[in-house]
Amino acid sequence: MKIFNTQTLSLIGAVVILLGLAEAVLAMLKRRPDSGLDAAALETFRRRVRAWWILFSALAGAFLMGHWATVILFGLMGFWALREFITVTPTRPSDHITLFWVFFIFTPLQFILVGIGYFGLYSIVIPVYAFLFIPARIALVGDYRRFLERTAKIQAGLLICVYCLSHAPALLSLPLNSPEAATPITLEAAANEATIAVSEPLASTANKTPLKNISLDAGGNIRLLFFFILLVQLSDALQYAWSQLPSKHVIVPSINTTHTWEGLLGGTASTTLIGAALWWATPFQGAHWWMAAAMAALIAVMGFAGKITMSAIKRERGVRDYGTLVEGHSGVLDRIDSICFAAPVFFHCTRWWLVLNHYIPPVG
Amino acid sequence: MDTNLMRDFLALLARFLSGVSARWVDCQPDSCQRIYFANHTSHLDPVVIWSALPPDIRLRTRPVAAKDYWTKGPIRRYLANRLFNAILIDRSEIKVHQSPVELILREIGQEYSLILFPEGGRTPGFEIGQFKSGLYYLAKKRPDLELIPVHIDNMNRILPRGEVLPVPMLSSIAFGPPMWLEAGESKTSFLNRARDALLRLKEL
Repeated sequence: MKIFNTQTLSLIGAVVILLGLAEAVLAMLKRRPDSGLDAAALETFRRRVRAWWILFSALAGAFLMGHWATVILFGLMGFWALREFITVTPTRPSDHITLFWVFFIFTPLQFILVGIGYFGLYSIVIPVYAFLFIPARIALVGDYRRFLERTAKIQAGLLICVYCLSHAPALLSLPLNSPEAATPITLEAAANEATIAVSEPLASTANKTPLKNISLDAGGNIRLLFFFILLVQLSDALQYAWSQLPSKHVIVPSINTTHTWEGLLGGTASTTLIGAALWWATPFQGAHWWMAAAMAALIAVMGFAGKITMSAIKRERGVRDYGTLVEGHSGVLDRIDSICFAAPVFFHCTRWWLVLNHYIPPVG
Repeated sequence: MDTNLMRDFLALLARFLSGVSARWVDCQPDSCQRIYFANHTSHLDPVVIWSALPPDIRLRTRPVAAKDYWTKGPIRRYLANRLFNAILIDRSEIKVHQSPVELILREIGQEYSLILFPEGGRTPGFEIGQFKSGLYYLAKKRPDLELIPVHIDNMNRILPRGEVLPVPMLSSIAFGPPMWLEAGESKTSFLNRARDALLRLKEL
C-alpha cells in the first residue's frame, strides 16, 4: 500500500517547517540575551519545542512501521500517563489487586481492541465492563473506607488516560480506504484517488440510501491522525501565545492562571484558520472543507477543557506537574491532557460525519 | 554473560518498572565511602536505591539484605551475589555477641559504600518505624563514613508487604544532606536524629 503520497508528504513537510521555524526563533533569541524576555519562559519554550520534535518523530517512525506500531506507541503513552495519574492520586493498600487489573488487563485490552478495530467492543469495554468491575473488585477485598472516592479515582484515571486517549489511534481504523466495506456508486470518485464524492446525500431515509465510497488513499487515516495531533499541539501553543497579550482576563484564576479569555478565543480562532487551510489533508474534501475548520475549533475547545480539568486535579493534589519522566521536564500526562479530551470527541464527530454522508453504515 | 552489562540492564529495568526519579536535596552524588540509610517498605527497596545511583557509584555500593529472602532460588542468589554484590545478613542469628556490624565493616573495607535499612525489616503502611541500633554502632566504629538519609516514596504502593504482583506506579527517592555521629552523642538521641532526618525528607 502506498502511504506516502503528495498530501501526506506535504503534511509532514508542514510540521518540519513549523518546528524548524520554532528552532530558528529560539536560536535568534539565544543570540540576544538582552531581548527583555523572561529567561524561564524561554526555557519552557525550548523544552516544548524539544518535546514536539520527540512526539512528531515518534509518530512518523510509528507510521513508517505500520498500524500496530502506532497503536503500541499510544498504548505506551496511555500506560505511562495512567502511572502518573495513579501515583498522584491516593489509593489504599487494599486497592492493589484492582490496580493490577487496571494496569495489566484493561489497559492492554483496550489498545488491542483498538488495534484490531473492534469498534463495538472498544467503545464500551472500559465505560461499561471496567466501570462495573472496579467497584466490585474493591468491595470484594472488604475495605470500605473512602470507598466511592477510591473507586471514582481509579475509574477516572482509566477513562481519561486509556479510554479517551485510545480514540486517537482508533482514527486509523475508520473505514476511509476500504472499497469493499462500502458499495461504490460513484465510479469517477473511485478512479481519482484522494477525491471523494461530494454529491449531496440522497433525500431518502438513511437506512435505504446506498453507501458511497470515500476511497481515500491508504495514507488517509494516517493523515487524519497526524492532522488531529498537529492541531491539538498547535492549539495548545497558540492559546498560550495569545494568553501573553497585555490585557489579561483569566478564566478561572483559582485553578489555572495562564489561561485567559484572550488566549482561548484567539487560540481557537487561529487554530480554526489553520485547520481550514489544511482541509486537503483530511477526509473533509471539496465542499466539505468547512468541516475541517469546525473540527479544528472543536479540537481547540476540547483541548482547553482538558488542560483546565487536569489543572483542577493537580491543584487539588497540590502538585505542579504529574511526573518527571525526564529530569526538569513535566510528565507525559501534562503533555497529552488536551489530546485525551479532544480525541474521543474528534473521533465520534468524524464518524458521525461519515455516517451522515453515507460513507459508512450507522453501526459497525 | 558480561556482568557489568547485566548490571546496567538490570538497573535500567528497575528504573523503568519502579518509574523512580531521584532527587538530591543538599547532597551530591559522590564516590566517597558512605552509608545510605533508608526507610523500608518493600523487597524492591535495595534494588531501587541501587539503580537510582550513578553507574560508577553503583559499582561501589553494596546493599545490606536479608539472607532468608535473597538466597531463595538460583535467580535471587545470582542477583544478590553477582549483580548487587549484596551483604547478606542472617536475621535469625542476630544476637548480642554475633552482631552483623563486624561482618558489614569487614565486607566494605576501605572501598565500598552501604545501603542499609535501620528499621530492620519492612514497615507496613506509611509510617517509619523505630531504628535498630546497628546504624549507631557502624557510625561509632567508622566515624569517617558519611551517613546519607534516603527517603523512598511510593514503593509501598508498588509492591506492598504480602503482595506478589507489583503495580507499576511511579516512585521517588530523595537523598538528604550527610550527617555524622556527634562526639559524646548517646545512642538514643543519635537514632532519633537519624530518623528525624528521614521524616524531614518525607515532608519535602
